[in-house]
Formats: sequence, C-alpha cells, structure tokens
Amino acid sequence: MKINELIDSPSELTDTAASKSAVVLMTRIRLARNLAGHPFPGWARDTQKRDIRDQCMQAVAALPQMKRGLAIPVETLDELQKQILVERHLISRELCHAKAGSGIVISKDQSCVVMVNEEDHLRIQVLRAGFQFKKVWNTINALDTDLEEHMDFAFSPTLGYLSACPTNLGTAIRASAMMHLPALVISAQMEKVVRAVNQLGMAVRGLFGEGSDASGSIFQISNQTTLGESEEEIIKHLHGVLNTIIEQELNARERLVGTEPNKLFDKIGRAYGILQNGHLLNSGEAMNLLSLIRLGIDLGTFADTQRALVDRLFIECQPGHVQHAAKGAFDPAQRDVLRADRLRSEFAKVPSPDFTHAAK
Amino acid sequence: MANPLKCDLCSKPATVHLTQIVNSKIHKVDLCEACAQAKGVTDPSGFSLADLLLKASLNPEPTGDVKCTACGFTAQDFKKTGRFGCSDCYTHFTRLLEPMLETMHKGSAHSGKVPQRALDRRSLYERLTRLETDLDQAIKAERYEDAARYRDEITQVRQSAGPQENAGK
Repeated sequence: MKINELIDSPSELTDTAASKSAVVLMTRIRLARNLAGHPFPGWARDTQKRDIRDQCMQAVAALPQMKRGLAIPVETLDELQKQILVERHLISRELCHAKAGSGIVISKDQSCVVMVNEEDHLRIQVLRAGFQFKKVWNTINALDTDLEEHMDFAFSPTLGYLSACPTNLGTAIRASAMMHLPALVISAQMEKVVRAVNQLGMAVRGLFGEGSDASGSIFQISNQTTLGESEEEIIKHLHGVLNTIIEQELNARERLVGTEPNKLFDKIGRAYGILQNGHLLNSGEAMNLLSLIRLGIDLGTFADTQRALVDRLFIECQPGHVQHAAKGAFDPAQRDVLRADRLRSEFAKVPSPDFTHAAK
Repeated sequence: MANPLKCDLCSKPATVHLTQIVNSKIHKVDLCEACAQAKGVTDPSGFSLADLLLKASLNPEPTGDVKCTACGFTAQDFKKTGRFGCSDCYTHFTRLLEPMLETMHKGSAHSGKVPQRALDRRSLYERLTRLETDLDQAIKAERYEDAARYRDEITQVRQSAGPQENAGK
C-alpha cells in the first residue's frame, strides 16, 4: 500500500459507522517497547537507528494484522502527508520532527499503527471509534505477543518493560479515550473536572495530545502511572473514571436542557445556520460548531445518522485534510474558504433541527 | 517572614502550587508563573503532572559521575533530558531512579504482562552458551566424560527448544 492510497482510503475514524457513543469518540491504547541491547532512539547514532528501524519494520510488517498495510520511513513523507497522519491520530507530532531512522507501519484499516524510533524503539498503538477498551486491549495484547515471537524486548522482572523515559516504566501502557464534553464546557465545570481527574492520577489533554488545545470541547483522558498495577487494572481504573465523567456530562446536558433550553438551542441553531451559510471558517471555529451539532444529535434535535458525518468532519476540517482535498498548496485564509465551502455543501443535505424532541 | 517557595524547575519564586494525591500519597509541585505556563498547567488540556514530577525530581544533585558502561550515558545527560540512553542504564542509575519511582508511579514493582516467550528464549540461549563454553573447556582439559555429558545436554536442550533455538541470538 502506498501513502496516498492509504490517505484516500476509508479509515476507522474518517469513515466510520461505529460512532454510536454519545460522549466517547475514540478509544486508544499504546504500548512502548524497546529492543534489549540497543541504545534508545534519543541516544542512538543515525546508523544504529537505521539498523533498529530495519529490524523493527521487517518484524512488524510481517504480522498478519499488518498485511497489505503501509510500511514507510518517516523521511520519505512530505509535510502534508505527515500532517494528515497526525490529524487522524495515527502518528505523534514528535515523530513528524524525527530527522532520520524513524518509520511507521499502519494496518490497512488504519486501526493498528506501530511508530518506530519515536521516543522508544516501538510505539504500538490500536485505536477504535467509540468506547471499546476491551476490544482494543485484546487486539493490542495479541499484536504485542506476536511481536515478542520475533524480538527480544528490554524487560526487567522488577521494573517491567524498560522505556526511554521512566514515566513509562512497567506496563508502558497509555490507555486513553477521546471525550466530547460540550455541556461541561458550556456550564464552566471543566476546570473542576480536570482537577478531580488529575487527583485520581489521570491526565487530561487536548485533541492532539500534550500542549494542544481542546477545540470542539474534545479532551483526551489517559492514565498517568504505568508501574505498580497490571494493564487490566489500569484500564479498569481509567474505565471507572471515564464512566464518572460521562455521567457528569450527561447530567450537565440534562441541567442545561432543563434550566436554560433557549440558551442551549440558540447555540445549536446558530451553529447549524453558520455551517449552512458561512463562507470563512477556521479549524477552531469549525470544530466548535461541529461540537454543537454533535450535542444536538445526542439530544435528538438532529437524526442519529448524522453523528458519523460530524465525527468524520471533525477530522476532515483539520488543515491538512482541507489542503489535501483541494489538491494544492494554500495559505490559512484560503483554507478557511475551502473549509466553509465543504461544510456548506455537507450541511445543505442535513435536515433542519427539531427542537421539540429535545425540549421534552 | 518564611522563605518563599522556589520553582521546582528553575528556582525562581513559585506562585503556582499543585498537589496530587495518588494512593494516599501526596505529591506537591511548586512552579513559577513562566514554568507553569510553559508546562501547560494554566491550560488544563495540556497538563501532565507525571512529566512535571519527573522534571522536579531531577533537581537534587546528580549522583556524581556515574556512567552507563553499555552506552556511555551519564547522570548529567539524564538530568538534561529526563530520558535514559539504553535499557542497561536502569541498572547503572538505580540510586537516581529509586526516589523518583516513588513519586511518579503507584508502586515500585512491575505487576503486569511478562514477555514469557522471549524470556524463555533468552534463558535457553544463555544456558546453551554456558554449556558450549563448558564443553570447550572440558575438551581442552581432556575431561572427556564431562565433555560427553555436556554434549548430551546440549542435544537435549536443542531438541526441547525446537526450531526457536537460535531466536534469542
């Protein structure tokens, strides 16, 4: 599979019918693994990194789960291709800056990814639309066990899997869910939630991970500690925290509908109007408008069937995707026009909201 | 007047004070406004206390000039980057690591998945290497009975390993 073929094919997150979850958009787990007896990527020489990459990519690409997928060195990708992979949550922004000796292997359906020579030799990742920790853990666990057949991972009986950064020691697992929390944002409760989640040992980040903003009221919640608990315990703990947040969000929605319906429906109605008629939309504004439409879908003002469209547009409204769809190099101002064009044409087909159902 | 708290990252006066409770253990981080902003503490979406705790715990004096014999990484390198050079560093920088793990994680001992097949392969390979060395020494010393015993043992180990026998090399 070639990179452009992969970008143009439907993926788990850009063409999904799995968007049935009102609050959790995506479930993701990644495992960090390193080869025993080799320097970590941040300390290895370029020649060593290339050797490690060749060894890892060969083993990963041979896995049955990765058949007919994409295996490619990072330096062969152009900036736009890398940007698109970041926007689809397939690679990290750190990997985009890798100078030499890094690689990516992506499965055909874009649900399994292995980053080679990012911070660790291997960053194995599985992602699925919706709230599916059990399925994601089973998939990644099998992938990891298959890889172990061919590679000697750096492991210590007391410290577990040895990673470049001690914050990942032990299970080296990072389980996360991407959550849509518009009611908590509207009712100014998000800061309180973040504080509570941090106290429970979980991290809260924006849509594209560390340092990114939370446009579209989308947050990533993940475990912070990796040593001292098993993978299943970590996932179970996170699952419990996520269920509490879901409950808080749904309660906040109920309160908004109950106490300030006009304020809420005004936001949703205006978002629909702008998406149908706007001519200049930057990605941040587009995300916030789409977020209100998704909230409207969850409340019953729009048909359930529109949820998959909104989830796809969350990704396709990002700068790289807009630029790729228009087949050319554009500056941000031109992209805002193209983005608005695309949204107008999509929302021309979306029937008007029905607020009577939500108000009941 | 009491001494004002200093920023854990740059030693300027601290104005942001974070507390996290994990497993009934209280972890505190004090930051100046600039570091708090740089670390995304003021922007909840970009904030990760684990990384902060790591950086904060790197402030104590590095443990002399300890160096990893496998990759040449030093304690100073770790202080600069917060990352290790290779997996052997974990055996060389134990003194540096131990107090940090307490702050960073829920426990200091692994209780998750074990790469059992890889470990079995590794120990089989090590056992074979040992037996082959013993065999060589026995032949050199003309201890033929011992040599025959080692040879039988090698054959036995190889048979029980099947086609995976050389995978650990």
